[in-house]
Amino acid sequence: MTDPNTTLSPLELETHDKTYLDANELVINMGPQHPATHGVLRVILRLDGEKVLGLECVIGYLHRGVEKIGEHRTYTMFNPYVDRMDYVAAVSNGLGYCETVEKLLNVEAPPRAQYVRVILTELNRIASHQLWLGTHALDIGAITPLFYTFRDREEILKIYEKYCGARLTTHAFRIGGLQYETYTGFEKEVTNFLNFFRPKIDEYEELLTTNRIWVERTKNVGTISAEDCIALGVTGPVLRASGVKWDLRKAQPYANYKNFDFEIPIGENGDTYDRYLVRMAEMRQSVRIIQQAVDALPVGPIMAKVPKVMKPAAGEIYHSIEAPKGELGYFIVSDGSTQPYRLRVRPPSFVNLQALDVMCRGQLVADVIAVIGTLDIVLGEVDR
Amino acid sequence: MIAKLRASYGSGIDALTYAGQNYMVVDRSLIPEILRVLRDQEQFDYCVDITAVHYPAREKQFDVLWMLYSFPRNERIRVKTQILDGATLPSSVSIWPGANWLEREVFDMFGIKFDGHPDMKRILLPDGWKGHPLRKDYGILQQDNEWVQINLGIETGQ
Repeated sequence: MTDPNTTLSPLELETHDKTYLDANELVINMGPQHPATHGVLRVILRLDGEKVLGLECVIGYLHRGVEKIGEHRTYTMFNPYVDRMDYVAAVSNGLGYCETVEKLLNVEAPPRAQYVRVILTELNRIASHQLWLGTHALDIGAITPLFYTFRDREEILKIYEKYCGARLTTHAFRIGGLQYETYTGFEKEVTNFLNFFRPKIDEYEELLTTNRIWVERTKNVGTISAEDCIALGVTGPVLRASGVKWDLRKAQPYANYKNFDFEIPIGENGDTYDRYLVRMAEMRQSVRIIQQAVDALPVGPIMAKVPKVMKPAAGEIYHSIEAPKGELGYFIVSDGSTQPYRLRVRPPSFVNLQALDVMCRGQLVADVIAVIGTLDIVLGEVDR
Repeated sequence: MIAKLRASYGSGIDALTYAGQNYMVVDRSLIPEILRVLRDQEQFDYCVDITAVHYPAREKQFDVLWMLYSFPRNERIRVKTQILDGATLPSSVSIWPGANWLEREVFDMFGIKFDGHPDMKRILLPDGWKGHPLRKDYGILQQDNEWVQINLGIETGQ
C-alpha cells in the first residue's frame, strides 16, 4: 500500500533525490509481525550497509476506534474500554479517565479512595516497568531478567486479582471513587510485597547495571537531547533521562500526590542506559510512595455522591496524569447528555514514537531494536 | 497575557475559562501567528495535543484545538478555532515538530488537511480507506467495504 521509495521521514535533514534509488541504500521492512517490536508495529528502515539513514513507522494495525466508541457509550460504560488501550498499565488509564470525568461532574473522590488509588497506581507503575525491563532486556539478548521480572510481577497481579478479580485489564476504579472495599489483609499483603520487592530491584541492577555487555549495548545508543524531546512532545522517563526534571505528579499534582514525599530521578545523556537507570530509580520511588500511602491509609467512605445517571454539564475538559509511559491525557467534550460528545485520548506512546526516527539516525540496525524497547511503547495505546 | 495578545490582535481572540482551565477561541485568520507568538514569546514550548470536534449542526462545523503547555511557566492553555467543512489549516509542524503525527491523525479521522505538512497522509487507517470515521455522519458500524473486499478478500468486516 505505501511505496517505501516515495515516502520520506518528515525530519529528514539531507536532501534526497526521489527519482532513483541509491545503489548503496537498502530499504528493509521490519514487518508488523516481529518478535521485538512490542506489538504490531511496522518500521521501514533505510540502511546504508548496517547503518540506519532514516526510518518510517507505519502504525494502525491495532486501531480499534476507541474514540468513536466513546461517543456511543455512557461514561460508566466506557470505563472498561479504557483499560484496553495501554493494556500493560491498565490501572493508570482508569485513573486518568475517572479523574477527568470527576472533574467534569465536579466531584472529588473521598480520601480513602484516593489513597487506595495511589497504592494501586504505583503498584501498576512497578508492574509496567518490570514488564518493560524484562522485554527490553530480552530484545537486547539478556534472557534472565525476563524470568525474574515476570516472576516478581506475579505478586502484584495476585494483589490485583484479590482486589478486583482481574489481573491485566483491571477496571479497578469507578467514577467518584472505588467500587470494592479493600479486602481484609490488603495492607499486610502490600507491605509484604514491598519488603519482598526491595531487594529484587537490587537483584535486577546486579544483573545489568555494571554488566559490560549491557553497558556496551546501551550507552550512547538512541541519544536524544532535551530540546528535541520538548520539541517533539516526548514525555515520561524518556524526557527525564534527557535531563528535564518534570513529572506531572509534582508539577500538576492529581489524586493527592501532594501528600507524598518522593524524588524525580533524571539522567544526563539521554541515551538508553540513562533511561534504564531512570526507570529503575522510578521503581524505587514508587516503593517509597506505596509505603507512605499504606502507613497513612485513612478509614472512611470509598465512593463520593455521584448521580446514578451521569449527565455532566455541557463543557470541555482536559486532564492528564503521569502514566508509566508519559503524559496520558483525556479530553472530553460533554453536551449535557449521558454520553460524551467527543472523547479524545492523548496517548504518550503515540507521541513518543515520533522520536524513533530522530533517535535512530546513524545507529546500527541492532540499536533500532534497543531504541524501540527503551521508548516503552504499547501498540494498544499508539493505535487505540 | 490575554490582554496583551488582545491588544495586538484586536477582537479575534476570546479568552474563557471552564472548570479552572483557560482556553482561547481564536479567529481562523490569526492561526499560524498566534501559535507562533505563543511559542516564541509566551514560552508554550510543548504541544501536548491537536484534535478536532465535529458539530454538524453548526455552520462552521469543525472545532480544531491545540493543547499547549509551558515548561517554564507550568501552565496549560487550549487554543480553539472554528473552520468550515473542507477548509484547511496551516500546519504547526514548523512551530512544534511533535505536531507531525497529531495533525496526520486529525486528517485521518476528520478529513481536515494541514497546508505545509511534510507528509499529509493517513496514519491509523490504511492508505486507501475512504471516509473519515470520527465525523458524526460516519456510522458506528460503518466500514469501507470496498477496501475490505479488495484487500482482505472477505465480504464485509462485520
